[in-house]
Amino acid sequence: MSSSDVLSFSALAPAYPELLLAGGAVLVLLIALFVKGLGHRAVAALAILLLVGALGVLLLVPADGVLFNGVFVVDAFARFMKVLVLGGAAASLLIALPAAHEHGIDKFEYSVLVLLSTLGMVVMVSANDLMSLYVGLELQSLALYVIAAMKRDDPRATEAGLKYFVLGALSSGMLLYGASLVYGFTGTTQLDQIVKAVVLDTRSIGLVFGMVFLLAGIAFKISAVPFHMWTPDVYEGAPTPVTAFLAAAPKVAAMALMIRVTTVSFGSITRDWQQIIIFLSIASMVLAAFAAIGQQNLKRLLAYSSIGHVGFALVGLSSGTTLGVEGVAIYMAIYVAMTVGIFAAVIGLRTTDGKPVETIDGLSGLGQQRPFTAAIIGVLMFSLIGLPPLAGFFAKWQVFLAAVEQNLFVLAVIGVLASAVSAFYYLRIIKVMYFDEPVAEFRAVPGELVAVMGVVGFFVVSYFATLGGPLAAAAKTAAESLF
Amino acid sequence: MLAAAGLGLGHYLTVAAILFTLGVFGIFLNRKNIIIILMSVELILLSVNLNLVAFSAELGDLAGQVFALIILTVAAAEAAIGLAILVIFYRNRGSIAVEDVNQLKG
Repeated sequence: MSSSDVLSFSALAPAYPELLLAGGAVLVLLIALFVKGLGHRAVAALAILLLVGALGVLLLVPADGVLFNGVFVVDAFARFMKVLVLGGAAASLLIALPAAHEHGIDKFEYSVLVLLSTLGMVVMVSANDLMSLYVGLELQSLALYVIAAMKRDDPRATEAGLKYFVLGALSSGMLLYGASLVYGFTGTTQLDQIVKAVVLDTRSIGLVFGMVFLLAGIAFKISAVPFHMWTPDVYEGAPTPVTAFLAAAPKVAAMALMIRVTTVSFGSITRDWQQIIIFLSIASMVLAAFAAIGQQNLKRLLAYSSIGHVGFALVGLSSGTTLGVEGVAIYMAIYVAMTVGIFAAVIGLRTTDGKPVETIDGLSGLGQQRPFTAAIIGVLMFSLIGLPPLAGFFAKWQVFLAAVEQNLFVLAVIGVLASAVSAFYYLRIIKVMYFDEPVAEFRAVPGELVAVMGVVGFFVVSYFATLGGPLAAAAKTAAESLF
Repeated sequence: MLAAAGLGLGHYLTVAAILFTLGVFGIFLNRKNIIIILMSVELILLSVNLNLVAFSAELGDLAGQVFALIILTVAAAEAAIGLAILVIFYRNRGSIAVEDVNQLKG
């Protein structure tokens, strides 16, 4: 790559969304600081507008290319994942609005930090070098540590922030140690150059060691078992809108990183990383299915649910094929939509005395009092189980298909069994909502949240007829750009 | 170049590996104080830097040293945020003992 690639503004076209976000985040911060009387809602609206703007630039002015001496790459895969990240971030800012005050995030800094974190995520998705990968990852994580502990007077939120910070810093350390070894044994930090130095027969043990550390560091960020221990605590302790953001956007970005590192940098030693991904996948699916059964706290349950879904998505990556990556891309799209929908419901649910509903038993009687919310939660639960014809079924279908095609039968069978076990705790929520005696009265759910739930519900129910086709086509193009 | 003083790449990698292991054990075995965890994190990052600089010298390639500088910068930001979170945790709980980080479990 010649250095002339950044001499003109139009040559920067692939990086326009990032530039817009970076400049916009600083501008929003300045506006919020110096314009008197601007409430946190106006700042949040500006931030959502900025995210949607970046999304628009990404979709309307698509430009592929490698920039900045090869550290930054934009291809169909990066664009697909960026759409999910930006969409997830915008949606989680939107659903945070109605309950911002009670969750202690009614400050303009929240929106700015979400913007900066999202900027880190899009840089991660586009990273083509171990250095840009690390900088993107840290920009994302550092902002997330702060917003997890944003409710400063709440001991549980600060504890969540502290735990997230310590384990996040440890995972960054492991990732870096792996990166240093990979650099040392290949002589390059650029992801698409690493593959040229990695040959199956002559690979050194140091390189494999480095790869394992690198993957372990990323596994922390997607919270795959056995690197999941921070997830339930942070999800439970952090304010619910923050949890929604944590569950939606960073997972997608880290998963994109996992896919790019494995398929691009280590594409020539698929057999080596395949075993690791299969192990992470099986461990996540099985542990999440059983650990979630005993949970009483709704957010903790959703944490285990998200660990399980990461396991299912990794089934697709285990195959190491285009079909598998396509499956993961579709899975992450559907996962983001379902996560946003379910968290919109959790944020919106409050009893008449103003308390947020945080336990599963607290949902009793919802079916009679708030039929729409209960119906959406019900549909989302069925979709999370993976029942046809809902979106969750098609997500799982594609990843299992990819695994079976590569003769990974044991993995597929364990996956289906784990899915069946997980049905137990999802169905329990439906049972509590519709068949248990009510313990409290519920307040009306704010309009924005109802709208978000409605859109997600429509998408999940009509997936096969409406979005399924275009989404699958986009995911196919995305996956093919990596191989 | 490194071998001139009788030191090979292996020596540097061994020291870095020992430092890294000490850092990881410092996080998991330490039962006393969260500050010690922050120190352990720094130890891990420094071991990585040592690795990178040793490799950079061995390979005659500057990328490793650039990487090490980036890590130093980010580590400073990370320490600042870690200490800030620690301060608000102390205000809420009046303690920074590891065993007091126990409200969330299950």
